[in-house]
Amino acid sequence: MFSAPFTFAALSQHFPILQVVIPLIAAPLAVFIGVTSIAFLLAFAASITSLIISYSMLMQVIDGSVISYHIGGWAPPWGIEYRVDAANAFVLLILSAISTVVLPYAKTSIEREIRASAQTLFYTCYLLCFTGLLGMVITGDAFNVFVFLEISSLSTYVLVALGAERDKRALTAAFNYLIMGTIGATFFVIGLGLLYMMTGTLNMADLANRLPALSDNRTVQTALGFIVVGMGLKLAIYPLHLWLPNAYTYAPSAVTAFLAATATKAAIYVLLRFMFSVFAPDFTAATGALNLIILPFAVIAMFAASIIAVFQADLKKTLAYSSIAQIGYMLLGISYFSHTGITATMIHLFNHAVTKAALFMAVGAIVYQTGTSFIPKLAGLGKQMPWTSAAIVAGGLSLIGIPATAGFISKWVLISGALEKGWWWMAMLIVASSLIAVIYVWQVVETLYLKEPVGDVVVKEAPLSLLIPTWILVIASIYFGLDTELTLSSARAAADALLGTAPLAAGAGS
Amino acid sequence: MSELFDVNFIIGHFQYWLGIILMMTGLFVVVSRGNLVKKVVGLNVFQTSVFMLYISMGKITGGTAPIFTGNPQEVYSNPLPHVLILTAIVVGIATTALGLALIVRIREEYETIEEDNIQHLENAMQRKEDQDAGAMI
Amino acid sequence: MSVELSLILTLLIPLLAAWANMIFRNHENLRDGATFIASIVLFGVVVNLLRQHAASPDISVELLSVMPGLSITLSAEPLGLLFATIASGLWIITHIFGVGYMRGNNEDHHTRFFTSFSLAIFATMGIAFSANMFTLFIFYELLTISTYPLVAHKQTMDAKKGARTYLGILMGTSIGFLLVAIIWTWHLTGTLDFVKGGILEGKIEGPLVAILLALYVFGIGKAAIMPFHRWLPAAMVAPTPVSALLHAVAVVKAGVFTMLKVGIYIFGIDFLSTTGASEWLIWLASASILIASLIAMTKDNLKARLAYSTISQLSYITLGMALATSMGALGGGMHIAMHAMGKITLFMCAGSIYVATHKTKVSEMTGLGRVMPFTFAAFLIGSLSIIGLPPLGGSWGKWLLIVGAADAGQQVAIAVLMISSLLNVAYLLPIVGKGFFLANPEPKPAAIGAAISPKSKIAEAPLLVVLPPVLTAIGCLLLFFYAGHIQEFLMPIVTSGK
Repeated sequence: MFSAPFTFAALSQHFPILQVVIPLIAAPLAVFIGVTSIAFLLAFAASITSLIISYSMLMQVIDGSVISYHIGGWAPPWGIEYRVDAANAFVLLILSAISTVVLPYAKTSIEREIRASAQTLFYTCYLLCFTGLLGMVITGDAFNVFVFLEISSLSTYVLVALGAERDKRALTAAFNYLIMGTIGATFFVIGLGLLYMMTGTLNMADLANRLPALSDNRTVQTALGFIVVGMGLKLAIYPLHLWLPNAYTYAPSAVTAFLAATATKAAIYVLLRFMFSVFAPDFTAATGALNLIILPFAVIAMFAASIIAVFQADLKKTLAYSSIAQIGYMLLGISYFSHTGITATMIHLFNHAVTKAALFMAVGAIVYQTGTSFIPKLAGLGKQMPWTSAAIVAGGLSLIGIPATAGFISKWVLISGALEKGWWWMAMLIVASSLIAVIYVWQVVETLYLKEPVGDVVVKEAPLSLLIPTWILVIASIYFGLDTELTLSSARAAADALLGTAPLAAGAGS
Repeated sequence: MSELFDVNFIIGHFQYWLGIILMMTGLFVVVSRGNLVKKVVGLNVFQTSVFMLYISMGKITGGTAPIFTGNPQEVYSNPLPHVLILTAIVVGIATTALGLALIVRIREEYETIEEDNIQHLENAMQRKEDQDAGAMI
Repeated sequence: MSVELSLILTLLIPLLAAWANMIFRNHENLRDGATFIASIVLFGVVVNLLRQHAASPDISVELLSVMPGLSITLSAEPLGLLFATIASGLWIITHIFGVGYMRGNNEDHHTRFFTSFSLAIFATMGIAFSANMFTLFIFYELLTISTYPLVAHKQTMDAKKGARTYLGILMGTSIGFLLVAIIWTWHLTGTLDFVKGGILEGKIEGPLVAILLALYVFGIGKAAIMPFHRWLPAAMVAPTPVSALLHAVAVVKAGVFTMLKVGIYIFGIDFLSTTGASEWLIWLASASILIASLIAMTKDNLKARLAYSTISQLSYITLGMALATSMGALGGGMHIAMHAMGKITLFMCAGSIYVATHKTKVSEMTGLGRVMPFTFAAFLIGSLSIIGLPPLGGSWGKWLLIVGAADAGQQVAIAVLMISSLLNVAYLLPIVGKGFFLANPEPKPAAIGAAISPKSKIAEAPLLVVLPPVLTAIGCLLLFFYAGHIQEFLMPIVTSGK
């Protein structure tokens, strides 16, 4: 392997593994070198490399082909296989793009939120989290998903707890997240165990081959239940969402921005992969209508979370509950069980990641300058921090789903999917919940622009190092509302890949 | 339903029964106990039940330890679950360590590790925040 | 200059004006002057477009393809051109009025005001020239958002409440009903293009047609059809130039314009009449006309009275669409122009009275006509136009609508239109009458002047505030004579090429 010339072509053979290994090696390097600025550079370099790798892989697989990489040269199903098709390539792109934009932002933001001696460790945990998320998405082996899931979760708990310097509730938030996250991961493992018991394999493509024969088996059905609940805890499906508001609110701003845009997205991808590729779509639909479970919970999430968001006094909490509602939309797309439904989920994955990261970064900029994200204290900031406030307005409009923003495109596909199925009542529910978003977004807009500033402290605009990444994502959220070529075609290809219209099990586990 | 009372069924599946009992015990401790350390203990019990589930599924009747003996007729127990569980145990240890570290920090900040007291303190903080919010509107 | 370039310029110019407003925020005269020049240039471009359109009618320019089958495309057609001409012409006048009002009243936040104004005009031009429903929806929402800062301008508790109602109803209806209607249409036909004769023929039948129409009608909140009309009176908290803009130029006309476009180009007049899907709307619009007029009579606040009058007049246009006859549609289109000119006169007079005397209630305006003769004369002419008396423009709009109603065999509609004219008299003319013919009950100005205010004599308002309504009043008169041309111009939308 080392004798091959290090040309791009030669390296590109190993992109799947490099995607995960590069951030993974950067993490301990950061600790050993110990200098914060170098740790940042390592992290940033790892992110950019990941971005290049994921983009080139997406371009390769968007036509429906599949990249299959055998780790250590062991052929699956005995060896671990990394399998990249349009669905995971798209999610990998989202993960690495968000990371690349958030890191420069984090460099400045954590100056005021984390003590200097801990900043190197911040980058280490960040890189580990990033590795975990990437690995979770790219792997084609079910147990590997668990391993990377736990890598990302453990580092996430640490990242959330780092917020304790600002507000000690971060510690209990991290602890609760730890308990719930571990239970979720363990449920996932139980499900996997049951699957292994019945099929003898852990390779996802191989499982997909063997499961149809076992569709009546109760063990397999139970396994599906455990897997859905396990991942459901990670992606904050409605009744299992309790960890999210506190974790997002009390974590450092850069961490929230990163997590809100990536962690739940990766979990949704894993859920999709298991529900549709490993367990065939008909099986999942037939099992006591998973439809009957995911659909009502998605709708409840959309409404309940939005309504709770209206009554929050802390802007970060409002956005956290808003995220739960948006996850509800993604689950709604899943529950359609149609190509359009999954396209809607995938495209909302992207659009929401961009929008929410931009919003949390803007709020983080406010925290950086004023020390608080408490809405009544933000009165009059529209004049004092014009760019940051404008970013919040733009992000808010995308959350509502105003045309010419990314959020609108997701809503459009979601409503089209509902009308395709003849569910006109669902279309009305979707628009009704968007209207609740108008309320909590407009509360913030009114406070920022129409109220007089509290107190005498003159607040200045946030520094450019915070504004530029925020505005890159704000512009992205508008851009992807006007030019949907990349996102829509990737989402469609992803839906094809997941539903097996581009066969997953082509030449079973080759 | 009648099979539940079939003695063979009960004894034949005892590892699953054990697993279920441990799982439920662990979850119960996590949910019902207020002391944070006990919650972590409960979590460990819960995870242990999973380990047992996996390892027990690897055992093959008449199988010996999966170490190559050179005998071509030998039946080995499945080593793969063992490997998986090693990974899971390591993850479990890391989680426990992290959980305990968080508890130490919580103790430093809140001076208590009882969930009720912590909740009480946090509610007081929340109330104060809401009061400030009300005072401003 | 090609048609494509003209179309793009109509969007670019207001956008540049908004940008100029922000750059010159500290140089008052430069800022207002730049916007003034922009408004004149815009009007010039639109008039030029009128000429170009006559030569090459069917040009469109695609700006952006958002999703496969959905693009942002502009094109010029008669109804849109009429709307754009009115909007850009009245922008010039409203801008002059606005400058006078803001300075005369010592209002705050001038830059925010004029920037939002320019953005609203940008959105209006987009609506006027949209070639498909998708483009129209984008600019429609943009109009709501850009006018919000204008309504909330004064930042008082009342202003915020009014602005919330405004945003709540407009966004609620557009996202809740209109978006669903649009996606449903796209789902049925695969396109959202505006085509003469409509795109729905054959794709939808039975009661579903009426339901789709209902979604559109209630979704177009800006047309203020009851029961979604409350935003209009709520928006009266805004400064009067905004009310003039809202009630004559941009928002309400955008609403009824959209209503007409949906009726003519999405459903198609013939399709509507054969399916009878709009009959319920005739009743609703008629009820709206009468109820709004009756409420107007009870309002003492002048702007509130004018607001309800507008709701009533807008329902005329909706009625025109609902009648599903060519004359009805033409009448609706004609009335867009006539009502715009008349109402803006009335509102600017109200603004002039406010600047001069700070009076808002009709009961306090007795005798004012004698000291503000120009303002009240303009008010008289505007009122007569709204009432529908020749030789003022409004009469033509009403006449065509009555003919359209007769064509459709809807005698009730004719009766409603007649009664409504009488009601208009009842709530508009007394203002003028009391103003000119009754004496001012207040004590002599000289006596209180020294004690109360530095201005001891009530005189006519500043020139910048009085001139615009006078100009538009003359416009009402002129429109009467141009009505024939307008009718000829609008003819193609209802004839040939079905």
